[in-house]
Amino acid sequence: MNDILHSDLRGRIDTWLERFPAEHRRSAVLGALREVQKEYGHLTPERMDAVAEYLDLPVVQVYEVGSFYTGFEHQPVGRHTVAVCTNISCWLRGGEEMLTHIEKSLGIRAGESTRDGRIYLKCEEECLAGCCGAPMMQVDHVYHENLTPEKADKVLRALS
Amino acid sequence: MIENHNQMCFATLERPEPWSLKAYESVGGYRVWKKILAKRPPRRDLIEQIKSSGLRGRGGAGFPTGVKWGFMPDCDESYLVCNADESEPGTCKDRDILRFNPHALIEGMAIACYAIGAGTGYAYLREEFGDEPYRRFRGALREAYGNGMLGSDIQGSGITVYLHDTLGAGAYICGEETALLESLEGKKGFPRFKPPFPANYGLWGRPTTVNNVETLALVPGILREEPGWQVGTEKSRGTRCFSVSGHVSRPGNHELPLGIPFADLLELCGGVWKDRELKAVIPGGASVPVLPAKTMMGLDMDFESLAEAGSMLGSGAVIVMDETTDMVRMLQRISRFYFQESCGQCTPCREGTGWLYRVLTRIVEGRGEEQDLEILEKVPGRIEGHTICALGDAAAWPVQGMLRHFRDEFEHYIRYGKSPVSPA
Repeated sequence: MNDILHSDLRGRIDTWLERFPAEHRRSAVLGALREVQKEYGHLTPERMDAVAEYLDLPVVQVYEVGSFYTGFEHQPVGRHTVAVCTNISCWLRGGEEMLTHIEKSLGIRAGESTRDGRIYLKCEEECLAGCCGAPMMQVDHVYHENLTPEKADKVLRALS
Repeated sequence: MIENHNQMCFATLERPEPWSLKAYESVGGYRVWKKILAKRPPRRDLIEQIKSSGLRGRGGAGFPTGVKWGFMPDCDESYLVCNADESEPGTCKDRDILRFNPHALIEGMAIACYAIGAGTGYAYLREEFGDEPYRRFRGALREAYGNGMLGSDIQGSGITVYLHDTLGAGAYICGEETALLESLEGKKGFPRFKPPFPANYGLWGRPTTVNNVETLALVPGILREEPGWQVGTEKSRGTRCFSVSGHVSRPGNHELPLGIPFADLLELCGGVWKDRELKAVIPGGASVPVLPAKTMMGLDMDFESLAEAGSMLGSGAVIVMDETTDMVRMLQRISRFYFQESCGQCTPCREGTGWLYRVLTRIVEGRGEEQDLEILEKVPGRIEGHTICALGDAAAWPVQGMLRHFRDEFEHYIRYGKSPVSPA
């Protein structure tokens, strides 16, 4: 566990534990998995086991959270997560066409990462609550609204 | 034309750094909370004030907030939870409250904690708000603690209120209040059976009130007796944040008196874009039934008028569609969403949403058959009312609404294998 959850990472997990009463360590599972993913890029059984051990929970309680929420990745993905909204408000204003454009620009399909490991184009099903700025995308949860193909390309090119 | 624009939740919008404590105090912020700290009024008095204000929940169901607060028993350990898991398609108002007026939410949460007798409140933000909205809310929380508005024995009042921020991890279902509580407990977001309601059995089994961001952000202004609240209709009192999106010239969030004519709201957003004709509107988020242009142009935007017309005010998301919109494809997109986001706990929803999506896909791809219309008519009724939570209903209502008003487009698709609408 100590190899995976080094002291800095444990400190970050502790900030989630502090939000909840001491007897409810389980509540920190989402936060802990998020910190682990931030550190390593994706979750593995070993990493989830380490979280379970640290929070003193049966591993299955961590696995089921890790597999239920779409924010958790279980395979290596690109450094930056790009999510293009195609839900109805964006759909009405060209969200799907925007996704197609970005797929072409990056040479990958939604759900894939670029070969250089730079960009992960997430398969986004949810509405991202940027409806009044449609079409829009998020890059690492930063909103880019009122997209045009040129604007989207510029944002993506600037990612290191 | 439009009066009383952005007077409550968005009151700080025109100020420099509208999210700051300074901006919030300049519009009367924290006055109510300070008065409570100084005078410690009986908590039931505050509940009565909220009841008589006519405030109804802004998350979607429109349940009277004061009544909900009144369900909370006197006990040692209870909680307030703010539902900031804004994810009903078309809705983006809570994000703007978090970004531009987070202190209104914090004061509203503090007051609500006091009124329901809770010492701790959690704001559960969807993970996708993890950058700007989360930073702004966190920054405001820090400011509130730093200025002695929160914590233990606040300003020597004997009142203790701790507020915390938390984040989800990507799941539409966690906007359902009991799924959200499960998620806060560190579990997957499976909705719970109701009853028992959260006021009896909520977070960690303790009495809990769950309120939407906009609902809580309205509370301080209501208790300050802001003139901005003295609007609306008899049963739909006050203001509403409308997120107007889709085929309008200027999409945007507008906080306006409930009961304003839809035609005025449309005009405020520059009318239908590209000089096109209005075809239809989904007036309360993706889950509610669509209404045709003719109905909408004569409707007022309040709970009762929309219910009478066969739809709902829902989350206040007004999705506008012009004459070029292919309603069958639109419904297919909506159905894909519910299919993807069904948590899988109840068979009618897990299987039914898949059936709906597959049948609609077949029709859109030109492989529809006569019997498909019958399936689209029957399946929603088998989902609606047969599931633990309202996601099943939310998946059923859009189908029923589309068939009620645009059945001819589905028939055309099935007969000719293509849309009757000429593309834009």
